Amino acid sequence: MITKEEVEHVGWLARIEIHESEAQAYAEKLNAVLDYFSQLDEVDTENVAPTYHVADIVNVFREDVVRPSMPQEEVLANTGKKQEGNFLAPRIM
Amino acid sequence: MTGWANISQVKEKIAQTSAEDVTASYLERIRKSRINAYTTIWEGAIEKAREIDEQGHNGPLAGIPIAIKDNISTRGISTTCSSKILQGYVPPYDAHIVERLKDAGAIILGKTNMDEFAMGTSTESSCYGPTLNPWDKARVPGGSSGGSAAVVAAGEAPISVGSDTGGSVRCPAAFCGVVGLKPTYGTISRYGLISYANSLEQIGPLATCVSDIAALMDVIGGHDARDSTSVQTETMYKDALVDDVSGLKIGVPAEYFGAGIDPAVENSVWDAIQLFEELGASWEQVSLPHTSYALAAYYIIAMSEASSNLARFDGTRYGLRNEGENWHVMASRTRAEGFGAEVKRRILLGTYALSAGYHDKYYLKALKVRTLVKQDFDQAFKEFDCLMTPTMPTPAFKLEEKVEDPLALYLADVNTVPINLAGVPSISLPCGFTDGLPIGLQIISKHFDEATVLRAAYSFEQNTEHHTRRPAEVA
Repeated sequence: MITKEEVEHVGWLARIEIHESEAQAYAEKLNAVLDYFSQLDEVDTENVAPTYHVADIVNVFREDVVRPSMPQEEVLANTGKKQEGNFLAPRIM
Repeated sequence: MTGWANISQVKEKIAQTSAEDVTASYLERIRKSRINAYTTIWEGAIEKAREIDEQGHNGPLAGIPIAIKDNISTRGISTTCSSKILQGYVPPYDAHIVERLKDAGAIILGKTNMDEFAMGTSTESSCYGPTLNPWDKARVPGGSSGGSAAVVAAGEAPISVGSDTGGSVRCPAAFCGVVGLKPTYGTISRYGLISYANSLEQIGPLATCVSDIAALMDVIGGHDARDSTSVQTETMYKDALVDDVSGLKIGVPAEYFGAGIDPAVENSVWDAIQLFEELGASWEQVSLPHTSYALAAYYIIAMSEASSNLARFDGTRYGLRNEGENWHVMASRTRAEGFGAEVKRRILLGTYALSAGYHDKYYLKALKVRTLVKQDFDQAFKEFDCLMTPTMPTPAFKLEEKVEDPLALYLADVNTVPINLAGVPSISLPCGFTDGLPIGLQIISKHFDEATVLRAAYSFEQNTEHHTRRPAEVA
């Protein structure tokens, strides 16, 4: 069972602000789904390898050739905050 | 040109008039639409059609109008995944399939409505409001590619593309009475498709008939170096359009006719299977014993991948941006406001399933169950050429019926998600009606055997009339 406090913690990990007033409602809805997920406990997966990907593809390489990249103004066209050719973001620390 | 038409009918009309006239008549229909299926109408379509007329209709889809799901990047045309967080985003590049469609001469009419970030089965979680089912406007069109299916059913585009992560092409195809294909994982480049669950999803075509699905696949399929999971396939999909199922071995998995299946759906699908037998195919029941665990495994994997894929929407480079004293607060507030309730739930659950202490219990366990589900299919295809099931256990449900209960909505995907876990191809096509609502037959085959799926679907279509029925909206 996921608690109200865990919901707030996971919200922080996922960078989604969750107000204290919403946490309980989230916990209830998430628990209903987690409860459903717990049915997998009854499946015997001893000696079963996980499938991350259905295609049997490993290490797809390409030639290391220089190609033109997208013009800077196009890359920055979708942000409202930019400075000297960079995205402008608030301080991280 | 009014209403429901296939590619060859549209080509005929273009030959009689012009691509410009045809495009104009589609745009006029779209402007009068009452089903809210487009998120953006592309105003450049007319000019593009005029260009195609001047150049003399070269290319396999010259002048054919098409609608594109709002999670597939279109250079210069708004692409928002029906989410508030991507409002104002205009991609600076085209998805691989959009490049291919443009090269083939197709005319983009606009972008279609969807569940926010493709997370849903009803197209109700869109920030633009729900799309309505053209057969009954009190009902959902299915999802998440609800807009792409509804525009084809309502005659607002002859063909469209969607994306299918756990049934998102096939479910709306079934609910809207059109044809939709989820190709084998790796068949179509995902370059420019905004990722939700990258190990599960494929772009897929929707149309009024199986031939048009093949025509679209011939244009959009094939290797692209920008998606390392895409592969080169030799197939010419059109070659598979043969009206002959003699000797075809059909498996009918009992698990797909489980509790909660609507009796009318069950009857229609069995009628279809019996028709195949009359046409020279044979069928046997088969068991895919891990089917009942596929849904939980699917949702754990999809949510886990989503929590990672959607981390890029942080307010820095595009879309919505809120204020905050540092980057973390800015991102957290932007995401809290920009994502809808279901997207937030899935990101939270995915983050939880991947977090320390729970990774093995949820994520790793789900990946192991995925192996078992895939083995069920491998086993079945040793004996059978294809499997046939209902696409959806019920016809289209009512708007708002399941909005407040996420789990009830997830359960609707029970027959479509195992296919994405295994990565095999599957098609949904109309096989009957109940109370005026279409029913979808799902045909599944082994990896890269789209040819069998298309041949079976084409043969069924040649010998039935279901696909010729149109909603009153089109009349």
